[in-house]
Amino acid sequence: MILEVRGVSKRFGGLQALSDVSFTLTEGRILGLIGPNGAGKTTLFNVINGVYKPEVGQVIFRGEDITGKPPYEVAQRGLARTYQVVRPLQELTVRENVMVGACFGREKHHKGPAAGIADEVLALVGLAKKADQLAGSLNVAEKKRLEMARALAARPYLLLLDEVLAGLNPSEISAMIDTVRQIRDQGITIFMIEHVMQALMTLSDEVIVLDYGELIAAGTPTEVVENPKVIEAYLGDPKIAQRLLAQEPPEPQ
Amino acid sequence: MKAWRQPGFWLPVLFILVWGLYVLIVRQDSTREQAFTLLMFVGLASSLNILLGYTGYVSFGHIVFFGLGGYSGFYFLSAHNLPLMLSAILGGVVSAVLAGLIGLAVLRLRGAYFALATIGVNEAARAFVSNFEPFGGATGLFVNYSVYEGFGGPGPALWRTFIYLWITVLIIVVVSYAIKNSRFGLGLLAIREDEDAAMVMGVQAPRAKTVAFMFSAFFPGLIGTLYFFKNGNVEPGDAFSLHMSIEMLVMVMLGGMGTVFGPVIGAVAYQGLRGFLLTNPLFKNLHLAIAGVFLLLIVLFVPAGAIGWLRERSLKLRKVLE
Ligand SMILES: Nc1ncnc2c1ncn2[C@@H]1O[C@H](COP(=O)(O)OP(=O)(O)OP(=O)(O)O)[C@@H](O)[C@H]1O
Ligand SMILES: [Mg+2]
Repeated sequence: MILEVRGVSKRFGGLQALSDVSFTLTEGRILGLIGPNGAGKTTLFNVINGVYKPEVGQVIFRGEDITGKPPYEVAQRGLARTYQVVRPLQELTVRENVMVGACFGREKHHKGPAAGIADEVLALVGLAKKADQLAGSLNVAEKKRLEMARALAARPYLLLLDEVLAGLNPSEISAMIDTVRQIRDQGITIFMIEHVMQALMTLSDEVIVLDYGELIAAGTPTEVVENPKVIEAYLGDPKIAQRLLAQEPPEPQ
Repeated sequence: MKAWRQPGFWLPVLFILVWGLYVLIVRQDSTREQAFTLLMFVGLASSLNILLGYTGYVSFGHIVFFGLGGYSGFYFLSAHNLPLMLSAILGGVVSAVLAGLIGLAVLRLRGAYFALATIGVNEAARAFVSNFEPFGGATGLFVNYSVYEGFGGPGPALWRTFIYLWITVLIIVVVSYAIKNSRFGLGLLAIREDEDAAMVMGVQAPRAKTVAFMFSAFFPGLIGTLYFFKNGNVEPGDAFSLHMSIEMLVMVMLGGMGTVFGPVIGAVAYQGLRGFLLTNPLFKNLHLAIAGVFLLLIVLFVPAGAIGWLRERSLKLRKVLE
């Protein structure tokens, strides 16, 4: 068990963003997280990696209680994440951005080796040619890849991906899906939020569903999309419900 | 290691090296006095740049470290007869410790709140020193004439002080370069660009910021001691002058914050301009207002400063200028 979330609740003023959320994640797997807009998915990531402290509940990472630890301590223990809204370090080069991950992540490299890791990871995500450009000059798809590269350079045990496919065109999506598979094949456990259902269905071993801060379903991708509670949750959002219902049966794993 | 072969390292170091040597060769009091003030500002601006340029925190009241450190060093020198350089280093230590304490309390604030808090700290320090008897209260402290004997008289003492300052400024520039190119510096730059994202990548921002703040406070304390020793006295008005604090900001912005060479060039250029304005009867009384307008123009049109602007022009310049 690489990650265990136990009865976590988080509120913002009058808004209960997460209530009593519990689940576990097994090493080496890909866990998907879906839910309508504002369901609390990103908040769950923020609670797991220490950006927010939950009022109730615990987050156990590799057997250690990391609840309420500051984000840098969580990162140094081998948990990396990408942002839904990309946050490149604009005035630094692409390589330097990735070196930050390598220098301050789990392995805490010096700059020399960090540059080597950065180049290696940039090749993996297909940004090798842009290494010397300023991060601010990349387009959105490239910035998403940069987010991924930064997280990977930390050599994490667990990677949280927050909608890395959103805003990409179909060919960029399929390239990104390949990248995610390669990352999993390196032995990194992945927990990913995704609205692009097709991708999630093919990638994840398991899916959990949040709705208004509550965990309403968990299971294999097929089980989850057939779950009446899930369909109901999405009916509040007709567009996504349609997409969900029009879903082709997922490929066998 | 590789630093020794980088033009970005050599340019500012050579510039200061040659400048100091020139002053020593010419050996005129007036040249030395002028160079002392200029070098002092080069050192102050470069120190401030470690916080402002690398870490992205605006310290409006940075002069407090020059003032309080200078006062403390002067006190060790005049009241306890410690050697000049040792006193200066101790003055720097006092400033660094103060920065560490302030850092713990105030660096949690971001943006304008931090900037305002630093002004408050400066005013508080001024009020404290003005009422602190060991520091001479409102009248300040004076050099005990016997101190000069160790130097062979006041003249040689002034030359020695200049050499100390020159070496200090060289060290500051080397340290500034070393920080910028270190892992620690990369963490600072990451904080400057996006503090929350930096923390999520593992940068221990609270500690890194405090250490950067301490570095940027240490050297002004040291410089302050040398400066007040050269003047022969120290009083609250000279030590905690808010307008000098703002001039330091202008120098960093003018030359290019976040670059090693920028604050050096910025300090020299600003002092040149200031000298012109002060000697020109038309602008004499307006020089601070003009400095303000100048700052505004830089922020609006050349936020990267001179060196930053040049670096943006071409890749070649990027490799030469740091
Ligand atoms: N820092 C915050 N302060 C106040 N409210 C917040 C904060 N962060 C999130 N919220 C609120 O908490 C709820 C959950 O937000 P969250 O970002 O976790 O949703 P999400 O599931 O990631 O949505 P999306 O699919 O749109 O990304 C929303 O109503 C949001 O407005
Ligand atoms: Mg979200």
